[in-house]
Amino acid sequence: METTFTPVASLLGGMLIGLAALLLLWLNGKIAGISGIVGTAITDISAASGWRWCFIAGLLIGGGVALYQIVGVTEIQLRASLPLLIVAGLLVGYGTRLGSGCTSGHGVCGIGRLSGRSMVATCTFMAVAFVTVFVQRHVLGG
Amino acid sequence: MKEAFAALLAGVLFGVGLAVSGMLIPDKVLNFLDIAGHWDPSLALVMGGALMVTTPGFYFVTRSKKPVFAASFSLPTAKDIDAKLLLGASLFGLGWGLSGLCPAPALVNIVTGFSDVLAFVAAMIAGMLLHRAIHKA
Repeated sequence: METTFTPVASLLGGMLIGLAALLLLWLNGKIAGISGIVGTAITDISAASGWRWCFIAGLLIGGGVALYQIVGVTEIQLRASLPLLIVAGLLVGYGTRLGSGCTSGHGVCGIGRLSGRSMVATCTFMAVAFVTVFVQRHVLGG
Repeated sequence: MKEAFAALLAGVLFGVGLAVSGMLIPDKVLNFLDIAGHWDPSLALVMGGALMVTTPGFYFVTRSKKPVFAASFSLPTAKDIDAKLLLGASLFGLGWGLSGLCPAPALVNIVTGFSDVLAFVAAMIAGMLLHRAIHKA
């Protein structure tokens, strides 16, 4: 489905995401990498992981309310078939842990720290995602 | 307790930011990744906006002795660009391109209760556990 370019909202939303990451580092000394937070939280339910569960709760509360209030739930539509989505979910879960980060940990926090690893990782997952969408939409046609 | 509240607050802000930015919508992500189609450059501005805050902010924050509520900063120490980094990022890019979902929007979209979103998140968590099982052994 076509979507319209939303420069102001996207820039503003991006700044809020950056502010959230900055707050977490400034106050708690932690990196706001979602795959790392979730991947560690699900295997470590000790008190040391308490902040991770709090962050996830906040993400679901803030994001959830804003999803219903600002975005509208009907906007959330997945285009891939169920089997393909399951494969994609496995790839995202396994890949982000193997590669030590996702769009937030590498893209927003890592590049923000001027980490060479994060710059390479971000360019890699972006490039592969561009190729994937190109092949799916323009080579396979759908 | 203060750390828990700070993490909750950061999570709320992060989630609201995702919603405002439009990045909860998989179509917007996929259309960013589709330069050859009806390209929607919004995602570039989301990353740009976030980096406008984190780049100078992290520079100053990491120069202080310690975070406000914690004893020390927990920052990644790895420096080398190895096969794990490249393979992991590639697998993630493939899954992201197939679905339009990366971990944070996928989690937030749980609140829709849509069965395909729930299946994706369950698979994502299974993938994370699989990594743990393989690499801890």
